[in-house]
Amino acid sequence: MAEISVLIGGRAGDGINSAGLIIAHLLSRIGYRIYMYFDYPSLIKGGHNFTIVRASPEMKGACRNEVDFILALNQDTLDLHRDLVRDRTIVICDSTRVTAAGICIPIPDILKEEGAPPVMGNSCIIGAFTRAAGIPWEVLEEVFSRHLRKGLELNLKVARRGYGMAGDHSVIPAGDSRSLPILSGNEAIGLGLLHGGLDAYVAYPMTPTSNLLHFLAEIADRAGLLVFHPENEVAVILMALGLGYSGKKTAVGTSGGGFCLMTEGLSLAGANEVPVVIVLGQRAGPSTGMPTYTAQSDLHFALHAGQGEFPRLVVAPGDPRQAFTWSSLALRLAWRYQVPALILCDKTLCEGYYSFSSPAASVPHIDDAPAGTPGPSYRRYLLTDDGVSPLLFPGSPGTVVKVNSYTHDEAGITTERADIASLMTEKRVKKGKALENGLSALPVIAQSGDMRSGKTLVCWGSTAGVCSEVGQELGFRVIQPVVLSPFPAEKFIQAIRGTNKMVIVEENAYGQLGMLLCRFGVRADASVRKYDGRPFTVEELRARLAEVVS
Amino acid sequence: MSGKDFITDAQNTWCPGCGNFVIQFALRDAIRSAVEGGLDPDSIVLVTGIGCHAKMADYLNINSFYSIHGRTIPVATAIKMANPDLTVICCAGDGDAYAEGLDHLVFAAKRNSDITVIVHNNRVYGLTTGQYTPTSPSGFRGRSTPGGTKEEPFNPLEIMLASGATFVARGCTRKKRELEEVIGQGIRHRGFSFIDVLQVCASYFNQTEVYDRSVYSLEGHDAGDFDAACRKAREWDYNSDSPIATGTFYRVARPTLEERLGVSEKKEGTTHEIIERILEERK
Repeated sequence: MAEISVLIGGRAGDGINSAGLIIAHLLSRIGYRIYMYFDYPSLIKGGHNFTIVRASPEMKGACRNEVDFILALNQDTLDLHRDLVRDRTIVICDSTRVTAAGICIPIPDILKEEGAPPVMGNSCIIGAFTRAAGIPWEVLEEVFSRHLRKGLELNLKVARRGYGMAGDHSVIPAGDSRSLPILSGNEAIGLGLLHGGLDAYVAYPMTPTSNLLHFLAEIADRAGLLVFHPENEVAVILMALGLGYSGKKTAVGTSGGGFCLMTEGLSLAGANEVPVVIVLGQRAGPSTGMPTYTAQSDLHFALHAGQGEFPRLVVAPGDPRQAFTWSSLALRLAWRYQVPALILCDKTLCEGYYSFSSPAASVPHIDDAPAGTPGPSYRRYLLTDDGVSPLLFPGSPGTVVKVNSYTHDEAGITTERADIASLMTEKRVKKGKALENGLSALPVIAQSGDMRSGKTLVCWGSTAGVCSEVGQELGFRVIQPVVLSPFPAEKFIQAIRGTNKMVIVEENAYGQLGMLLCRFGVRADASVRKYDGRPFTVEELRARLAEVVS
Repeated sequence: MSGKDFITDAQNTWCPGCGNFVIQFALRDAIRSAVEGGLDPDSIVLVTGIGCHAKMADYLNINSFYSIHGRTIPVATAIKMANPDLTVICCAGDGDAYAEGLDHLVFAAKRNSDITVIVHNNRVYGLTTGQYTPTSPSGFRGRSTPGGTKEEPFNPLEIMLASGATFVARGCTRKKRELEEVIGQGIRHRGFSFIDVLQVCASYFNQTEVYDRSVYSLEGHDAGDFDAACRKAREWDYNSDSPIATGTFYRVARPTLEERLGVSEKKEGTTHEIIERILEERK
């Protein structure tokens, strides 16, 4: 059983993302593991959108530089992706918009005859693909009936017409694994948060985490969640802190620009010790940059945002399983240690779709924060050995709960006394240490490839998939620190022991993980960086690694 | 609670003659009346911003969230959403509510969040030593505008009426008893209550004489009449020398944000089951 890649492209408004997802489900149904990349410019109608679905016997996290099928709803789909075409590539296109050799279907005529709207053109071409790929019609029927929200009958009719116009061209062998759910990274984060005990989610829309807001809003009623979209990101983070103060486990989501507005609230969370989780989906900056394209250029921003010194948890999951696990853990750890936690992800992970085998049963348990005893002697900032104070919320009988952005005493009353200021700073330092200890039993570093190899590839975040695939192929050991603050230096140094050549792969220009590692005395021998907004493909990373390890 | 007087042991650092003392005791007395009327003192939460007003969080012995400059209202809105049984009161300065955080004020009114916002409007930045605010009169000479401001103040009551506030009132620190009454009404009102309090700043903008001369209590005003409320709100533009009305300008019943959100505990089974079901749908 080999792997296959399918590209479908068209204009924005042609339903390219949902068509890609349907193709992903078709291939998943016949036993493949799916990775889907969606590429789109920042506009609503027109332009050129495409998705690439890569179906393999095993889980992958990146695309190849070649495709087996191109489904073209516009001429750009062929013209802009010539480099992906091989001799074996089968072209299926709308003959009224595309000039090409292949399976050419007059889609608008079919739609007109069936009385279907233009957006159903994607169903027609999917029908043709299904036949050309030798996928049984029943599989398409099942996928459509499970995943189309409306117009099932008409979509099936249109697809059937496309199906009838193609012959069997390249019969894809069925795989033997049972089909898995297909999830976006955003959905994996959302479900992970839910698993961790999420009560509320607050966000202002911003690519690439808007779909996390949409997902949680959609499931809010059934999951008993409060989901709120306020006036701006300043309100988002402050609302999250109001919810947290009242005992609601709360997360927020944004991208770099929104996170800029949240930094005053982040520092407030550091000072008043109200737990909060921030999902930070990176995209190409600086400033507005390329809103719908990927980057890993906010690592140092995430590590250092906010005035003053305070402990924080920063995790960077590399795939949906890690996203699920670490979103759950981030929420629980934020509450256990009363610190802000950042889930640092990016467009590639957030908006990519992946076959997902749920790690729900294996997420390590984290205790709740110690609970306070209600009564007049309760002090919100009681000094303790590990710096973590017992929690109570307003409404507790006979209890006053005071939180404060100013330097405060144990009761939460403002102070400028030197001795208390020192004690409260040391309290925060101790909490950071306690967090570090709490992380020691967790899978803070992911490893793959040949662990005895002297060649080590270090990566973080969404490049983990492509690094793991290429690294294994080229005989590297692959090390991915998932936790970036507090940085698990000891474990990292242990993981790279015996390395004689270390390469760091990052999707930024300055080498931000490399800079972080320098703090712990680790220097890479080479680095591979990419900053064009597109994730590495397998072939591209292979070639770039060959340049530095020769 | 360490005492029934609701005052902490924290040392008070307001200037002698500061209008904040009047607001503190008006609020304390309004709370005391509410508690005598059956309100659970443990269910009261005070949210303050940053500035002289905000020290209220240290001085009142009730639950409090001492927030950052301009950011009282999102915190208060969220506390009320999280637990609608709580009574949530914001004390904000004019720099807080009208400059740094004006967006939040407008949106809270638009949403009819069931919170009470008391703006300590001394029309000057006190803690940063005397700069103009959005309600300082035109030509105000502060340390950032030594030649006098080149802009007009805005009228917060008009902004609130235009934004959908369901309770709009004005008080003055020269009239403590009326202020206490208005705050009590605001707390009892179901919905967004806005109270602009003209406050004397003894150090940087002492308007005692002006307020003693111009302030009068609304009488025979129909608070249910929106147009009448707008007319009364426009009587004084925070700039010219004209009569200044205090009391309740407008009050109307409208469903609150929390009622409309109706956040329920309802879940389709356990979290585990919900996750499994969502995954099943994505197969």
